[in-house]
Amino acid sequence: MNRRLPITLLLLAAAPLSLWFALSQGSLNIDALGIWRALLGNHDNATTYLVIHELRLPRALSAFAVGGLLALSGALLQVLLRNPLADPYVLGVSGGAAVATLLSMLAGLGTGWLRGNAFLGAMLSMLIVFGLSRTGSAWTQNRLLLTGVVVAAGWGAVISLILAVAPAPQVQGMLFWLIGDLTYASQPGAAIVTLVAGLAVSLWLARPLNLLMRGENVAATLGENPARLRLIIYLLASMLTALAVTLAGSIGFVGLVIPHILRLAGGSDHRYLLPASVLLGGGFLTVADTLARSGAAPMQLPVGVLTALLGVPVFLFLLARTR
Amino acid sequence: MLRTDHLTLRVAGRTLCDRLDAGFSAGENWVFLGANGSGKTTLLHALAGLREPDRGSVLLDDIPVRDTPHRQRARRMGVLFQDFESAFPATAIETVLTGRYPRLGRWQWEGTEDYRAAEAALEAVELAGFAQRPLATLSGGERRRVEIAALLAQDAPICLLDEPTNHLDLRHQARILNMLADRTHRPGHLNIFVLHDVNLAARFGTHGILLFDDGECLHGSLPEILTRPNLERLYRCHLREIHADGSRWYLPD
Repeated sequence: MNRRLPITLLLLAAAPLSLWFALSQGSLNIDALGIWRALLGNHDNATTYLVIHELRLPRALSAFAVGGLLALSGALLQVLLRNPLADPYVLGVSGGAAVATLLSMLAGLGTGWLRGNAFLGAMLSMLIVFGLSRTGSAWTQNRLLLTGVVVAAGWGAVISLILAVAPAPQVQGMLFWLIGDLTYASQPGAAIVTLVAGLAVSLWLARPLNLLMRGENVAATLGENPARLRLIIYLLASMLTALAVTLAGSIGFVGLVIPHILRLAGGSDHRYLLPASVLLGGGFLTVADTLARSGAAPMQLPVGVLTALLGVPVFLFLLARTR
Repeated sequence: MLRTDHLTLRVAGRTLCDRLDAGFSAGENWVFLGANGSGKTTLLHALAGLREPDRGSVLLDDIPVRDTPHRQRARRMGVLFQDFESAFPATAIETVLTGRYPRLGRWQWEGTEDYRAAEAALEAVELAGFAQRPLATLSGGERRRVEIAALLAQDAPICLLDEPTNHLDLRHQARILNMLADRTHRPGHLNIFVLHDVNLAARFGTHGILLFDDGECLHGSLPEILTRPNLERLYRCHLREIHADGSRWYLPD
């Protein structure tokens, strides 16, 4: 349990390094001094300045924010549903976003429309699941989980239908979106603000979440209102996921596995787990995205493929080593 | 401290208790006895404010318990549940420290006093060296004792305990019930136990409620209600009564 502080410090140091790595990689070779000067606002070399400020920095920050959002959302949903298999997409938020995005692509709308519709789709799905799982007096996490899973399956069917009827040239773009891709993520502002705000709210809930791990009744008798807690976590996790999906499509794996890696490494205290998830999720996705865009250049891979290719062996290794 | 006012509880159309008026006072060790499904746990949950009564109310310090804010309730009353869950890894000391939650501010970290209380609680259940052990590596009885330690660390004047002796070996059954019952010597403290063992109940209880199958509830001083005819009716079986060392022992025939 005393490994928590060193792990957090390590992650705090690793996060800027991952961003630096993202800034240093690309078709244009820029040395460390050049990056630093461009970051400080030095216009001497206009190309360097443009590449850093217009291309690499927004994309690196987007990747970091999306990774942080997904890992945080995953950690919250796992404890809310008390199910280690939960990930940010389990309750159908990304399915709603995906259907809205694919329909927009089919209609030939521009990137801005895709974003807006993806967010609307995510919110719609969140409200559907919330409304359906609330009917009746009881609002148990099992009911929520089942409703979410079934709604997600429904979206999945619609996605398959759209893919089946879409004209061939559009299908690759759709697949990239579904696997998760940061190519068009050039405006990280909203995601960063949401990430910081979401982390603040999560930290405020960190100790109640520790109680929730022992069960709802225990949380209630130790001074928390479980119904209120559940509602806040559900809304928060859905918002975080919606933002991430809107920016980058449904990148898999980060939200499921990052919290588990950190639990294996340092335990389940949410005061450690939540900020550490943001740092590791963000750093991990930044590195993965950098490799996705520069590893096989000039070909760009969808980052969702790389997160799984990188993460699966790491996680299996950790799992095999513990106990 | 705690009392029921015309409390009626029903589960699936069956009445568990009907207009129960019972008062629980400081210094008393109450025991709820009854057959499986007679409503002991439901009654305990209603007392804890976790369950809306079908009629009547439960009053904590003369205020309906469901109107008392959760946090205030948690400072007055602690509950040991029948079963426990742990989907995620946690150590014994982390689990026990959750008992300190009602005493800490929202942003406050556990201090030395809380660690001391948690360690003392682990020691009281004879798990002194187990603080850093993951719960997954503990036996059923040891995990039960960790839960009891969390309740002790909470240090609430009123304790509601649902089958505290579950999974415990003979030695720990007696030792831990003894230690818990002794709490009521401190001013303002009250215990309510759900127990299956009539003989342990007779040894540690002062008052009791017998929940019969037909919805009748008998409550009062334990020596008065704990008679062979009552128990035979309660469990619907013949009992053998043994007199030894000046006390009565009941065994199923």
